[in-house]
Amino acid sequence: MLAVGFIAFSLFRFVGDPVLFMLGQDATPEDRARITQMLGLDKPFYVQYAKFVARAAQGEFGLSLRQVQPVSKLIAERLPATLELSMAAALLALVGGISMGVYTALRRHSWLSQVMLAVSLIGVSLPTFLIGILLILVFAVQLGWLPSFGRGDTVQLGWWSTGFLTKSGLTSLILPAITLGLFQMTLIQRLVRAEMLEVLRTDYIKFARARGLPDRAVHFGHALKNTLVPVITITGLQLGAIIAFAIITETVFQWPGMGLLFIQAVGFADVPVMAAYLCLIALFFVIINLIVDLLYYAVDPRLRIDRAVAAT
Amino acid sequence: MSSAPATVLEIKNLSIEFPTRRGKLLAVDSISFSIAPGEVLGVVGESGAGKSVTGAAVIGLLDPPGRISGGEIRLEGQRIDNLSHDEMLRVRGRRIGAIFQDPLTSLNPLYTVGGQLVETIRTHLDVGAGEARERALGLLREVGIPAPEARIDHYPHQFSGGMRQRVVIALALCAEPRLIIADEPTTALDVSIQAQIIQLLKKLAREHGTAVMLITHDMGVIAETADRVAVMYAGRVAEIGPVREVVRDARHPYTVGLMGSIPKIRIASAKMHAPLVQIEGAMPRLNAIPPGCAFHPRCGKSFDRCKAERPEPRAVGSNLAACWLYE
Repeated sequence: MLAVGFIAFSLFRFVGDPVLFMLGQDATPEDRARITQMLGLDKPFYVQYAKFVARAAQGEFGLSLRQVQPVSKLIAERLPATLELSMAAALLALVGGISMGVYTALRRHSWLSQVMLAVSLIGVSLPTFLIGILLILVFAVQLGWLPSFGRGDTVQLGWWSTGFLTKSGLTSLILPAITLGLFQMTLIQRLVRAEMLEVLRTDYIKFARARGLPDRAVHFGHALKNTLVPVITITGLQLGAIIAFAIITETVFQWPGMGLLFIQAVGFADVPVMAAYLCLIALFFVIINLIVDLLYYAVDPRLRIDRAVAAT
Repeated sequence: MSSAPATVLEIKNLSIEFPTRRGKLLAVDSISFSIAPGEVLGVVGESGAGKSVTGAAVIGLLDPPGRISGGEIRLEGQRIDNLSHDEMLRVRGRRIGAIFQDPLTSLNPLYTVGGQLVETIRTHLDVGAGEARERALGLLREVGIPAPEARIDHYPHQFSGGMRQRVVIALALCAEPRLIIADEPTTALDVSIQAQIIQLLKKLAREHGTAVMLITHDMGVIAETADRVAVMYAGRVAEIGPVREVVRDARHPYTVGLMGSIPKIRIASAKMHAPLVQIEGAMPRLNAIPPGCAFHPRCGKSFDRCKAERPEPRAVGSNLAACWLYE
């Protein structure tokens, strides 16, 4: 986190002079000096960084240079939109990916599996923004079923604004969630399929069959649980990627989330916003990886420390 | 059990083929044998002789694309080779138990041994969770796991190889099957553990009246355990008979060679002063089995008829041997 904060901070010192953007070309040198001093940009680099870290630790990233609002407030406004989109996409990717993966592994030769594999190939190969644009073209422009941009109506629950509770909020969610989740879904599908085929060849599956267990118990009780061990790792990393990839999707759909905020911030060299965004994404990655490690521990008994094994 | 039929397992003219792009491979070619209740039949032969495939066919778990192309398998008089998938589920585990070669990989690493035992018991017997656990504990005790009350909640990786194979045996015995197919049950174990497992298997089979089809390439294990032995070669039964007769007084030249190739530490009879015998050549590949007797190119006693006609097993003393020498 510290490293990311440092990189973010130092990188953005080179992307442009924010004072120039704020005041325009024809400002007087006196104005410039005043603003620079006010923002603390005249201090040496390490002092700026130390101040940045100290405040960031308290969740305080300073003022947005462009909108002259606290960055934390801007992010808090945008955070629910991005998280809802990411969660919807992740849920879609997990449920769709795992069920399709299991289906294609168990019914390897059915035509439906072939169709799913073909679709997954498309999903893996097409870039996210293209999928988004295609979906908009078909479902929003030509069929007119779903809105093409924005979040629809939101309901305020405390500080959290949710789109889950209104019809327009939910319909607005469908296209971006599919766009964002499709790549991950096809990736998870292929991973689950490959792992499942591997597991189905193992001796303990054959032995489970020899014990006369019904197919359902063999496939979902024994095979699926073993399949999920490696899948969890990849999926965890991919969930982080979903939040990060949200930038593209949010841009395509004009989704008022953090990604859009970030893109706009880049355009204006709005350093505090960019730095805060990067730190937050890094925080999400750390949290997700922690959860993945804990899940690993819960699923696979071999990783648990042996509790005093009875003497043999 | 009062009206038990004379045989638990009867295999008649069983053939198993594997269709491949370059034609069908006949892995098992019209073999017949039977196992009586409580009897231990050893099945020996080199790798690829068709032993394991035969075992897999009996429990209905031939790896695709392998399939039974002829003959029949009867369990206690009932044909089981043509049962539907669901009917076979009630045979596997319930009436035929199975033990595989590698105990390290036979157990699912993510479930406790107790969980796997209870699951199997409740699949086949109509008992509650508590009673199933009691039975599981009893089984673990019976197969010689020390402190079963503590061990029942352990995961497979917390057991040694020998202990795991005991758990596997307990799993095979769960529903009191009439027959156990033991496919190389000791090959993956240390020699000292092998003897224990074999003794355990033999003892349990005797106590439960369970017949055992013991598949192995280890003649020592067979001599130790089996009542009768079937020697397989290139998908056919070369010789079958009581274990003493086959070991001491083999009739088929292949069996003679097989017995001669076992190193002996103790010199038991004058015959065994001879140096270690080896059978020249290798078993033919399944796509190139010679006509007539499959063994004739490697046989020192072959004559013209061996190359032309396939010998059927015929009674020679107390054995059945498929060899023209005994015409």
